[in-house]
Amino acid sequence: MSKTEANANRHNVQGNHACALAAIAAGCRFYAGYPITPSSEVAERMSLELPKVGGVFIQMEDEIASMGAVLGASMGGLKAMTATSGPGFSLKQEHIGYGILAETPSVVINVMRGGPSTGMPTRPSQGDVMQARWGTHGDHTAIVLAPASVAEVYTETVRAFNLAEQLRSPVIVLFDEIIGHLVETIQLPAPESLQLIERKWADAPKEGYLPYAAGDDMIPPMPRPGDGYRSHTTGLTHDESGFPTQDPAKAEAMLARLINKVERHRDVVDAADMMATEDADILVVAYGTPARAARRAVKEAREQGIKLGLFRPITLWPFPERAFLAAAKSAKRIIVAEMNAGQLLLEIERIAGRERVSPLLRFDGEHIAPDEILDAVGKAA
Amino acid sequence: MTDAKQQTPFDVLQYLRQELMPHFLCPGCGHGIALRALLWAVHELGIEKDNLAIVSGIGCAGRTGAYIDANTFHTTHGRPLAFATGLKLARPDLEVIVITGDGDCLAIGGNHLIHAARRNLDITCLMLNNEVYGMTGGQVSPTTSEDRYTTTTPLGNTEAVFDACKLAEGAGATFVGREVTVQTPTLKNLILGGIAHDGFAFIEVISDCTEIYGRKNDLGSSAEMILSQKSAMRPETFENNIIDRPFRPNALPTGVLAHDKTRPEYGAAYRASIKAQQTKK
Repeated sequence: MSKTEANANRHNVQGNHACALAAIAAGCRFYAGYPITPSSEVAERMSLELPKVGGVFIQMEDEIASMGAVLGASMGGLKAMTATSGPGFSLKQEHIGYGILAETPSVVINVMRGGPSTGMPTRPSQGDVMQARWGTHGDHTAIVLAPASVAEVYTETVRAFNLAEQLRSPVIVLFDEIIGHLVETIQLPAPESLQLIERKWADAPKEGYLPYAAGDDMIPPMPRPGDGYRSHTTGLTHDESGFPTQDPAKAEAMLARLINKVERHRDVVDAADMMATEDADILVVAYGTPARAARRAVKEAREQGIKLGLFRPITLWPFPERAFLAAAKSAKRIIVAEMNAGQLLLEIERIAGRERVSPLLRFDGEHIAPDEILDAVGKAA
Repeated sequence: MTDAKQQTPFDVLQYLRQELMPHFLCPGCGHGIALRALLWAVHELGIEKDNLAIVSGIGCAGRTGAYIDANTFHTTHGRPLAFATGLKLARPDLEVIVITGDGDCLAIGGNHLIHAARRNLDITCLMLNNEVYGMTGGQVSPTTSEDRYTTTTPLGNTEAVFDACKLAEGAGATFVGREVTVQTPTLKNLILGGIAHDGFAFIEVISDCTEIYGRKNDLGSSAEMILSQKSAMRPETFENNIIDRPFRPNALPTGVLAHDKTRPEYGAAYRASIKAQQTKK
């Protein structure tokens, strides 16, 4: 291959634009959103790209309506997404819960900014990690991905659509303002090289059809309106028929299946990246922008003879506990570096024990620099 | 739409999920009559059940959608129009009808109503107005008549009343109408006109909540309530006016209140603009 050919698909792309391009490549054909900093470029790019592929873009009247329209389009059979940031993410929570309960696939991008409330709209943050996990009310699962580069925004957005379709669930992609606005040179994959997953459509006999009856994979095929199933979809707790129930056994069975279906598919849900963890005395846990600084810190520490490793969860929720335990095996000290007041920290403390874990936290609207991590390593060593 | 279908007599049972009976509505509730009128219109238009999508919100009106043997989506409080917007844009082939209540549509969902009206997407929005939050126990709503007692207006309602039809028309709805339930064939014709209209149709059905609202305000039995609605709102059709307590002090006009066939339907316009852009290249 000549150099020109090799460079043909290399582009300087902003994180938010990479997200939009990946969505199109993943088969997303519906976008509904509401302008909000620092995520608006996702919407702008989608408004440009969707018409080219016969898709639908709509700017709705508010964040709640955007998520409602996304669910409506998905119920109609299209792969659908929205993008937002902190305040908008708060507003979408009820509908994210609806998507989880009614098992309506969707992708929700949250380009995190400083919070709470209006906070610091143009500053990076990782303050929505726990909201992504527990933002909607009630017991529920959450599938949350956290890319750390423009290239990974692309691949994780594609993966988000695949997981949403396969598991019939909303999937949240969290990245911070820095990743959203970062421009990096990436190789755009050829569309045919992407492995795309389409949701299973119901094809069972219509007589006695049960829309929420699942097989071994715990994921019921979805009835497509117009195919003759005439089924009922509700945000009320329902049984296999789709109609509401308050029968304790059926209620428990429904919720247990929703939780277990994600657990059953941890092999495709979990994702994590390890760097120099095999013999690490000290382990940094970081995701998103701080993970970039942590990589540099690991490199410099190793040059100085300090056995530092990095565990970078790419799937934040469910937390890839098994991979983390393997990475943390030799570590006497674990440093959690995140741009918030300590959120993933709680999960790491739960798994590794509080005495092994030190926080390195920033919530002032600034990123964490490699030197800060090295300082923390120095103190821990 | 098939002519053959139109000629068969209307049997409401063929459009209902009979396995869900008995239904949950209170005795005397007007929502059942509204549901019948809707299904009658669907029948006369020859809409296939497989092709019919009912999107409803939360509350008594929202729950009525589940009884229809169609593709039914019981969504969140106030947001059925948002879901319906996504569904209709994704699937223009479906006949999308929203069933909502006065609280669902005008309070928590008011923003979605005005923007759906402005956009003019081909959705029919049926708002069942019983002037009260029935399912949650009878609290005041944006259409509760002045001075009426509810569980949150123990001293009588002092808030002004929304005229939902004026609101929808002002926001740009291209088909607007209002009817009382007792005029069922007229209501059916109004709904039929709304569904057949190519654009956003808003239809307010004056329903009655006998058990909670009627009882609290001494409005009489269900029969008395729906007759008093008629006497107040359709005096021209009411020859023997024996009702001495008007249903609401502020009489509202009924019938087709707005019908603008000139504005383009949003979905078709959007698809046409994409096509125009593609052919330009």
